[in-house]
Amino acid sequence: MINRMFNSQAALATFAVISSIILGLLAGCSPSSEPESALGSVESIEMNDALVVYSSRNEHLIRPVFALFTEETGIDVEYATDKAGVLIERIKAEGKNTPADVLITVDAGTLGYAAQQGIFQPLDSADVVERVPAYLRDDKDYWTGLSLRARTIVYSTERVNPEQLSSYQDLGASQWQGRVCLRTSKKVYNQSLVAMLIAEQGEAKAESIVSSWVANLAIPPTSNDTKLMEAILAGQCDVGIINTYYFGRLQEKQENLPLALFWPNQTEEENSGVHVNVAGVGILKHSKNAAQAKRLVEWLVSDSAQALFAGVNKEYPINDSVEINPQVASWGSFKQNPLPLSQAYLLQPAAVKLMDRAGYK
Amino acid sequence: MALPTLLALLGVLSSFLHPDIESLSHLAQYVLPQTIKNTIFLVVGVGVVTTILGVSLAWLTAVCDFPLRKFFVWALILPMAIPGYVMAFALVGLFEYTGPVQQFLRDAFGSSNAFPDIYSYGGVVMALSLALYPYTYLMVRNAFQTQGLRSLEVGQSLGLSVRESFWRICLPMARPWIAGGTLLVMMETVSDFGTVAIFNYDTLTSAIYKTWFGLYSLPAALQVASVLLIFVVIITLLERRSRASQRFSQTRSSKSVAGRIHLSGMFRWLALLACLLVFSLAFVMPVMRLLYWAVPNMDTELTTQFWAYVAGSTSLSLLAMMMIAGLALLMAFSARTYNSPFAKIVVRISTMGYALPGTVLAVGLFVPVAAIDNALGAMGLSTPLLQGTMVVMLLAYSVRFMAVAFSPLESNLLRITPSIDAASRSLGVSGIKMLAKVHLPMVKGGLLTAMVLVFVDVMKELPITLMTRPFGFNTLAVRIFELSSEGLWERAALPALAIVLVGLIPAFILIRKSDVR
Repeated sequence: MINRMFNSQAALATFAVISSIILGLLAGCSPSSEPESALGSVESIEMNDALVVYSSRNEHLIRPVFALFTEETGIDVEYATDKAGVLIERIKAEGKNTPADVLITVDAGTLGYAAQQGIFQPLDSADVVERVPAYLRDDKDYWTGLSLRARTIVYSTERVNPEQLSSYQDLGASQWQGRVCLRTSKKVYNQSLVAMLIAEQGEAKAESIVSSWVANLAIPPTSNDTKLMEAILAGQCDVGIINTYYFGRLQEKQENLPLALFWPNQTEEENSGVHVNVAGVGILKHSKNAAQAKRLVEWLVSDSAQALFAGVNKEYPINDSVEINPQVASWGSFKQNPLPLSQAYLLQPAAVKLMDRAGYK
Repeated sequence: MALPTLLALLGVLSSFLHPDIESLSHLAQYVLPQTIKNTIFLVVGVGVVTTILGVSLAWLTAVCDFPLRKFFVWALILPMAIPGYVMAFALVGLFEYTGPVQQFLRDAFGSSNAFPDIYSYGGVVMALSLALYPYTYLMVRNAFQTQGLRSLEVGQSLGLSVRESFWRICLPMARPWIAGGTLLVMMETVSDFGTVAIFNYDTLTSAIYKTWFGLYSLPAALQVASVLLIFVVIITLLERRSRASQRFSQTRSSKSVAGRIHLSGMFRWLALLACLLVFSLAFVMPVMRLLYWAVPNMDTELTTQFWAYVAGSTSLSLLAMMMIAGLALLMAFSARTYNSPFAKIVVRISTMGYALPGTVLAVGLFVPVAAIDNALGAMGLSTPLLQGTMVVMLLAYSVRFMAVAFSPLESNLLRITPSIDAASRSLGVSGIKMLAKVHLPMVKGGLLTAMVLVFVDVMKELPITLMTRPFGFNTLAVRIFELSSEGLWERAALPALAIVLVGLIPAFILIRKSDVR
């Protein structure tokens, strides 16, 4: 019994020793390993001048943009990157005390979801309204697109005559039996493409289109767009659907690539065209720096920022007055689908379920 | 220690307060049947393969003698430093239809149709097993080594052949280590997302992410996560059950290992071949692939920032390693001292964090922490107190990796018999002194294993790091994520190689310390 008691004291003492060592380590190590950010946060509280951005657009794509912004305006930008869904939960959890001012994501669906979760405040910017076409920003003014990502058809120039191609839905036709490649339905780009089909064609029609795609698949869905193009190059399939910038990267690496882009749904009725999604931005409701945040958003839609923001990733600028990268220009111009992107969020769950039902993995 | 884990688990279970019937009924009809089946198949497949690989390689390198044995002792640990998704990407790149192997077959024989499809059940099991077998290998090797050749000698003195002694004495005696290693592997498999995503093999974890990010329903996603937790409870119970009635009380330091078994002619080469095969598939091949990508991109990636990533990863892993191993040691000793059902439950709960998908755990922890922080802020304390500091990060790591540190310690502690306590007390050594002078040296092997496992696991960790890191603080894993999620695998190769290289150091130290011969 005595031993028992002694042991419990011993355990307590050990605990005290170990935890004090750990605390000591923490105290000793954390300032030394992050001196700049510790200083930075103190400054931002006192002087209220560094903007904090949460972004699901990757670091190497936003870093040069923010560097230019700081250079032109003198406003510092700090940022944290993560998946959009996680960042939104983080902002909700942080509530009023969130250090963040701005959220950037790479998909209209997540922007719509963020708006619905009530984390944004209205942009209320004449610049944005003037420079960004209405269908590429939120109808309630909670977010705006910043660059366009076009999802289009890619085909083998050796085995496909582009005259055979016409629309997304036509990839389900019998001539493409066993010749189609698709990326996994878990990628948001395909989810928003199918959401667009639902908006355009109705849910029943969209489901039969997706089913006909699945029936035409040459190989199981690939894990990314680059793999899809490699499969076409290796002769496993002849056509597929990809985002244009992946094509741009492959083209840059490999000259005389026997692949080409095709712009579908151009001759269809008025309400159709190439499916586009946006990378976009919203200002947080609890931003302590809303004026500066607005300045960042307005700067991001300006000509000089647009060329860089879209250019670093071979995407399309949000406003067609901006000059585009010559490589991107060489793929030709196309008619965009004018479907308002604020609908993407509403239709995306239906799209995901539809693809599950159609057996599109 | 169980408290934060409990917090995260409760967060998951509390989702039942707001059931999202619409999403759930869709999932139940179209998604769950297939993903549950896939998850079971995957866990069983990876569990079996890693056990076979881990145990046999551990036996060969710990007890037998064959050419290059000393090299393979530590070389076979190295694949642990390769994140599962990197392993998968390298394997797929090599063996898929468009990869060099099938290309070669087509050039040589006109067709590669006979080659098995890498995008298959077999492919996923292979990738995960090659990435995870070192967990079992490390733990079981520790067992074979400390149990010494003594047991083998005893067997032989009883007239058993080497083979019989292995099956009847050594293997049963190593059961807690085998079970512990396999349990870790299975939990890691259940929570894996990156590897299965590359194969487009849908598991419960992929269903969770799809529900969260695709259907925009975090409640339904968490409800799927509870299905996954049921899995883990079942696996854990089965493991407990399988050895509930056993007691392990043998101990001998490795110094007592007598001569090794000298394998006869052909077996020597077979042993060498087996080790070589596993080592090249699980390490040489992926590293070559990474090198092939990394070299041309050296100029773009090898910047001053890169060294900041290396420093960030290393210091973070060291810190987490010391803290988590310390906490696990404390927990293991306390659980041993207070051998009550309550203590057992506490231990079980604190080790469950390993099986939750990382992102779910990160959110499950972040939400209550932020709530506490906001409450403190409302009380007039300056904010942010907890967020954006390393404290939250380390707390979350310890929830996630407690199982990794605890498992090797626990098996070693099983060997410290009550009579050893009694003996030491009779010599006037008790309390802390007994812990330090008697128990600690006896679990040294387990502690070292725990430290290496935690170090490497923290190096590879992503979701928690992403969510809780202070602004401007980056690690190698974060860098890999940033690049690979945009499909820039070529540029992600250099940071991936750096993780492997830094991971080598502790593996090396471990072997130097534990392998006397």
